[in-house]
Amino acid sequence: MKKILAAALVMTLMVTFSLVQAADTLNGAGATFPYPVYSAWAYEYNKITGVKLNYQSIGSGGGQRQITDRTVDFGASDDPLMPEQLQKDRLLQFPAVIGGVVPVVNIAGIKDGQLKLDSESLSRIFLGEIKLWDDAAIIKLNPGIKLPHREITVVYRSDGSGTTAIYTNYLSEVSAAWKSKVGAGKAVKYPVGIGAKGNEGVANYVKRTANSIGYVEFAYAKQNKLVYTQLKNKAGQFITPSFKTFENAAETADFNPTKDFFVWLTNAPGKNAWPIAGATFILLAKEKTGSNKKVAMFFAWAFKNGDAKAKELVYIPLPKSLKAKVEQYWKANGIN
Amino acid sequence: MLSKKNPLDMLFASITAISSFAVILLIAGILFVLVHESWPAIERFGIVKFFFDTDWNPVTESFGAATNVYGTFITTTLSIIIAIPIAIGIAIFVTEISPDFLKGPIGGAIELLAAIPSIIYGMWGLFTLSPIMSGLIEPFLKTITQDIPIISALFAGPPMGIDLLTASVILSIMIIPFTASISRDSFRLTPEVVKESAYALGATKWEVIKHIVIPYAKLGVFGGVVLSLGRALGETMAVAFVLGNNHRITSSLLDAAATITVTLANEFAEADKDIYLASLFYLALVLFVLSFITLAIAKFFLLKAERKYSR
Repeated sequence: MKKILAAALVMTLMVTFSLVQAADTLNGAGATFPYPVYSAWAYEYNKITGVKLNYQSIGSGGGQRQITDRTVDFGASDDPLMPEQLQKDRLLQFPAVIGGVVPVVNIAGIKDGQLKLDSESLSRIFLGEIKLWDDAAIIKLNPGIKLPHREITVVYRSDGSGTTAIYTNYLSEVSAAWKSKVGAGKAVKYPVGIGAKGNEGVANYVKRTANSIGYVEFAYAKQNKLVYTQLKNKAGQFITPSFKTFENAAETADFNPTKDFFVWLTNAPGKNAWPIAGATFILLAKEKTGSNKKVAMFFAWAFKNGDAKAKELVYIPLPKSLKAKVEQYWKANGIN
Repeated sequence: MLSKKNPLDMLFASITAISSFAVILLIAGILFVLVHESWPAIERFGIVKFFFDTDWNPVTESFGAATNVYGTFITTTLSIIIAIPIAIGIAIFVTEISPDFLKGPIGGAIELLAAIPSIIYGMWGLFTLSPIMSGLIEPFLKTITQDIPIISALFAGPPMGIDLLTASVILSIMIIPFTASISRDSFRLTPEVVKESAYALGATKWEVIKHIVIPYAKLGVFGGVVLSLGRALGETMAVAFVLGNNHRITSSLLDAAATITVTLANEFAEADKDIYLASLFYLALVLFVLSFITLAIAKFFLLKAERKYSR
C-alpha cells in the first residue's frame, strides 16, 4: 500500500512538473510526412534554446482538427486549406518544407531516369487505358529504348495519404479524363492496380513485381534505390527529379501570402520544374499570438539553420524568396 | 461469504461491484460514441442503403459498407475453413494420440503462436508470405484448377500475393491457437468411462475419436470456432498489409479487397471531411454489431454444451 501511495505521489509530481515545463514546450500535431525533419530540427533547436517541441504525427486530418479545436499550438497538414476555410476557423497557414512525388518503375533493362513519360501517358496508365509497356504512346516518347510487350501492373497507396493527394491533384490538373473519372484526394478509387500500405509498401511491391509502376515520396525512391522516370513538365521539358528541379518548382509556383499560400505545387510553370511536388503546411490559431510567436521563432530558426539537415533527410527546403514571403506574412499577421 | 458487518469486506465488495459495472458502462459508452459519431452518415445514407451500397469513394463522398462487409465475410469464412481441420487435428493429437512427453511442448508452441502481436504477422505476411504466395502457391493453384469450370474463376487474374487468399491464410494461422485450445479442452471433457467402454467393446482409436470424442465435444468445438470467428472479424494489422484496401466486390480470391478493419486502419488518420469520418465510425458500428452477434451465438452454444455435460 505504501508503495502504491509513493508511486501515486511521484506521478502527481511528474504531472505538475510537466505542467510547469509546458511553458517551454511547443505542442504540435499533424502530418506524418514532415515528422522526421521537424524532430531533427527540434532536437537542434532544443540544444540551443531549451525549447522543446512535442510533435504528434497523427496525420494531416488530425492536425487540422486539433488546431481547429485549439488543443495544440500548431497543426501540420500536407494539403493546404482554402483561404475561405482558414477564415472560417480563424487560422493562419504557411509552408514549412517541400517534398516531391516520383513515379517509379520496375522494367527489366530500364535504368534510373531512363524512361520518359508525359502527363498524358502517365494518367492513361493509371486509368488503365494504356495496358502494355510497348504501347505506341510510350514508344513515341522513348525512341531507341526497347520496351517489353508486357502488361503494366499499377501499384498505388492503399491508405489515405498526402502523397496520394499530391499525385492525384497532379493527374487531375493535367488530365480531364482523370478529373472526371477519379478525381483528387488523399484516398481515391483507383480504377486499376493493387494497393500497398505506406510508402514502404509501394516501394516493396514495385521492387518485387516485374513490369510495375507506382508512386512514392522522393526520399523513398532514393533510399530504396527504385528506378524513377523522367517526366515532361508544363514547359515541355523532360525533367529528372532532383533537389534542383523541386526547388525550381517551388520558386516558380504562385505562393501568394494574401491567399495564405494556398497552392498545389503541381505542374509548376518553371522550365526546370519537376511537376509533382507539394509543400507541407503549418496551421496556427489567429488569436493565440503568444504561442504563435514561439512557433514562428522555431520555424524562423529552422529556415535559417535547417536547410542542410532537411536535405540530408531528402526534404527540399523552401527557396529563399519564399522564406522571405513567409516571414512577411508573420509580420502582417501580428507575429514577430 | 462476505460479512455485512466488517467494513473492509464491504469495501472489497463494492470495489468488485464497481469494476464489474464499469465494464458494462464502458460498452454502453462505446456504443453511444459510435452511434453519436456516425450519426451524420446514418442520416445521410440510411441503414439498408449503407449496408448494401458497394460504392466507397471519398472523392465523391459516396460511402457504402457492402465491399467492406463482403471482404470481412470472405476472409473470415476462408480462414475458418483453413483453420478448423488443422486445429481439430492438433486437438485430437494432443488429447488422444500424442505420448505424454510431447503434450507440453506442443501445447506451449500453440499458446506462443497466440501471443505473437498481430503487427508481426502483418510484416511477416508482407515480406515473407506474400512473395511465397505469388511465386509458388498461387501459380500452382491456378494451374491445377484451370480446367475446372467454376473453381478456376476463384483463381482468376495475376497472382500478386496481395489478395483475399493471402489474408485468409494469415488469419487462419492467427486463429488456429484459439480453435485448437478450445477444442482440446472440449475433447478432455469426454468421460473416460465412456471411452474405456468403447475400447472394451473392441473399438479402434479412430472409431473412439469418431463416435465418442467428436460427438461429445461437438458443441464446445463449435463455440470455439465462433470465438475464433470473432477474433478473425476484428483482426486488423495482420491483414492491413496484405489485402490492398481495394473497395471492389470480386469473384477471384487472387484480387485485392477491403475488410471493415482494414478500411478503418488505412483511412482513419487522413479522413479529412466530416462525412468521411462519420462513415468510418458507421463502419466501426457495423463491425461492433457483427462481433456482438457472433459472440452471442458462441456464448449460446457454449452454454448449451456446458448444460449437456453437467447433467
